[in-house]
Amino acid sequence: MSSIKIELRQEDVDKIKDICASFNNEPQELINVLHKCQEHFGYLPAEIQEVVSQELSIPVAKIYGVITFYSFFTMTPKGKHPISICMGTACYVRGAEKVLDEFKKELGLEVGQTSKDGKFSLSSLRCVGACGLAPVVMIGDKTYGRVAPDDVKDILREYE
Amino acid sequence: METIRLTIDNKTVEVPKGTTINKAAKEIGIDIPVLCWMELHDLNIENRPAGCRICVVEIDGRRNLAPSCATKCEEGMVVRTHTTRVLNARRTVMEFILSDHPKDCLTCPKSGNCELQTLAHQLGIREIPGQEIAAMSTYRKDTSPSIIRDLDKCILCRRCEMMCNEVQTVGALSAVNRGFMAVVAPAFEQNLEHSTCTYCGQCVAVCPTGALTEVDHTPEVLRALADPTKTVVVQTAPAVRAAMGELFGMKPGTLVTGKMVSALRALGFDYVFDTDFAADLTIMEEGTELLDRLNRFLQGDKTARLPILTSCCPGWVNFFEEYFPDLKDVPSTAKSPQQMFGAIAKSYFADKIGISRKDMVVISIMPCLAKKYECQRDEFSEDGNPDVDFSISTRELAAFIKQANIDFNNLEDGDFDAPLGESTGAGVIFGTTGGVIEAAVRTAYEIHTGKKLEKVDFTELRGFEGVRSATIDFDGFPLNIGIAHGLGNARKLLNDVRSGKSLFHAIEVMACPGGCIGGGGQPLHHGNSEILKARAAAIYEEDRNKPIRKSHENPFIIKLYEEFLGKPNSEKAHHLLHTQYFDKKKKIVVKQ
Ligand code: SF4
Ligand code: SF4
Ligand code: SF4
Ligand code: FES
Ligand code: FES
Repeated sequence: MSSIKIELRQEDVDKIKDICASFNNEPQELINVLHKCQEHFGYLPAEIQEVVSQELSIPVAKIYGVITFYSFFTMTPKGKHPISICMGTACYVRGAEKVLDEFKKELGLEVGQTSKDGKFSLSSLRCVGACGLAPVVMIGDKTYGRVAPDDVKDILREYE
Repeated sequence: METIRLTIDNKTVEVPKGTTINKAAKEIGIDIPVLCWMELHDLNIENRPAGCRICVVEIDGRRNLAPSCATKCEEGMVVRTHTTRVLNARRTVMEFILSDHPKDCLTCPKSGNCELQTLAHQLGIREIPGQEIAAMSTYRKDTSPSIIRDLDKCILCRRCEMMCNEVQTVGALSAVNRGFMAVVAPAFEQNLEHSTCTYCGQCVAVCPTGALTEVDHTPEVLRALADPTKTVVVQTAPAVRAAMGELFGMKPGTLVTGKMVSALRALGFDYVFDTDFAADLTIMEEGTELLDRLNRFLQGDKTARLPILTSCCPGWVNFFEEYFPDLKDVPSTAKSPQQMFGAIAKSYFADKIGISRKDMVVISIMPCLAKKYECQRDEFSEDGNPDVDFSISTRELAAFIKQANIDFNNLEDGDFDAPLGESTGAGVIFGTTGGVIEAAVRTAYEIHTGKKLEKVDFTELRGFEGVRSATIDFDGFPLNIGIAHGLGNARKLLNDVRSGKSLFHAIEVMACPGGCIGGGGQPLHHGNSEILKARAAAIYEEDRNKPIRKSHENPFIIKLYEEFLGKPNSEKAHHLLHTQYFDKKKKIVVKQ
């Protein structure tokens, strides 16, 4: 039998309920609701999924299914410095994958993971609209353009 | 009705508009193989994800092969079901599925009864190219009290998901992850035990492979039988006798009551008893409770809770504890027949033969997987000694009989032992949807009106419609009865009860579509609802053949009350035969 205890702060519960209500608690709006929740909380842990499940009357297994299917949803909190590497066509063609590999190697992380100390997290993005600067890397609000694999070490040093 | 003419393999066929190619082909005797597709026609259940592509056919004028299970016939269509292109595509699909599938058929619980295995055989697959190089994904095994999930064997047909979500509306399972890690799992990939699963076993009943199976308790049974210090008592549920013959090559609907009794005796059980006896007892307790609530209601007592809901199905009990805990005072408090039997066997009967309860082992043979969980519930034991020690399914018993190389088909018919083996026709029909309430009506009518029933068959309560209702004339009082089978249908009736809209006085619920005859522990029907109909017919036949057909006329039940229990709903009866329900709904705990 279900044994998960959902522990959230009241204001968080209220926020999730507000988001669901802004979509009229419509089950078809699940993806939009999840987007908004992730925007607000940064990630979608089990607790949030449980509340959304109750508000939209969708089994939580289904919600978990959706979250694990779409790569832009994440269940792990972002790091203090979230690193996003653009994998859009322009960046890809200009070698974004090699840059990503370098970040993976330097940090010992896979895409979607957060470092143990909570400092860095790694994710990939679709075109961020700065194709002229390809390949593009974003760390927090800061954008780095024309990044080469060799630059990765230097960039990371800025955050030590 | 608008019809459509088309050609399949050079034969012309005319079918109603909307028919799929696969069904049209079947009309003219062409069996196109299917894997993910499944249908239980009479129950309105269909799984059509068009995911596996095993069923592809060639359609003239179309570039791509089409899945026949999901493609509708069109006027003038020309379909070919076994061109070399089709055969090659099927083989490729099969090889692809098998490349990520373990090859342990030898020890797989589904071996011999696995749709994937049958298909691989039919398609003549002898080797699986690329399996050496393909990285085989592995997924942990999950064992719950009733069900084992071995997801390496999952082919993602999503039949289980359809059963759990659409039919049962439990929603414990969903397809999760992508690519090689894609499986069907509970939320957060937790174990089934920590999900909202009711253990109805309907996912197991439709899984085409060994990915979902029952927990096998035959080793424990064997151990008990081998222990000379134990008296081993067995009880058999009504639905088992109407289905087990299928596992010995008999026609669906063949009753094997007598052979089953002889086989159990041959296996070494000391006493072969009948759960039907406990079903009669359930009627005494539940029927009395119904009449009590009804009389109080008629006298204007506002606290009388109506409708009363039957409580003999543990899958259903799990469901309302999870989803309708606010209504937990609505169901009857009567235990299920399995548990009533255990409680009486380990008290009344143990006393009678002069042994203590710990020297007795009670085994149940059930069509059901929820019963495995039910007999492990804390409230059904005394000092850690359970009333029912182990429950095995119809499938497990058949396998056990084969293991012991008993020639089942040629066994003489045996008779149940007295006193807990004697039952009436009312106890028998517990096995099918509508049966419990019909049995209750037979008894409640006579007690309430003081009159003898002219006819005991209440055909208005029978059938396969998911939600049914009927009004029975209780000598001037119209008793409104509701019946639901399948948890999704039950949910509809429960929602009405919750909102105060329900006009029923009594509602029967069985978790499995068709009732226990379609239980999760029964021989696999592989999506053929004719089989369920034949089993129901067999149950009603056994009822008709019984000399006594009303529970309160069972002489051994009368004796049990005289010698031991006193009256129905007496204090002793309450202690032994009734239970309580728990709120298992997930709670949102607010952090301070
Ligand atoms: S046993 Fe029933 S409730 Fe549990 S997962 Fe299977 S279909 Fe769903
Ligand atoms: S577990 Fe069985 S029924 Fe469910 S998707 Fe996998 S193979 Fe199909
Ligand atoms: S309907 Fe019968 S087989 Fe199905 S869960 Fe209920 S008791 Fe078990
Ligand atoms: S593709 Fe990377 S910014 Fe457009
Ligand atoms: S049976 Fe038709 S696609 Fe699976």
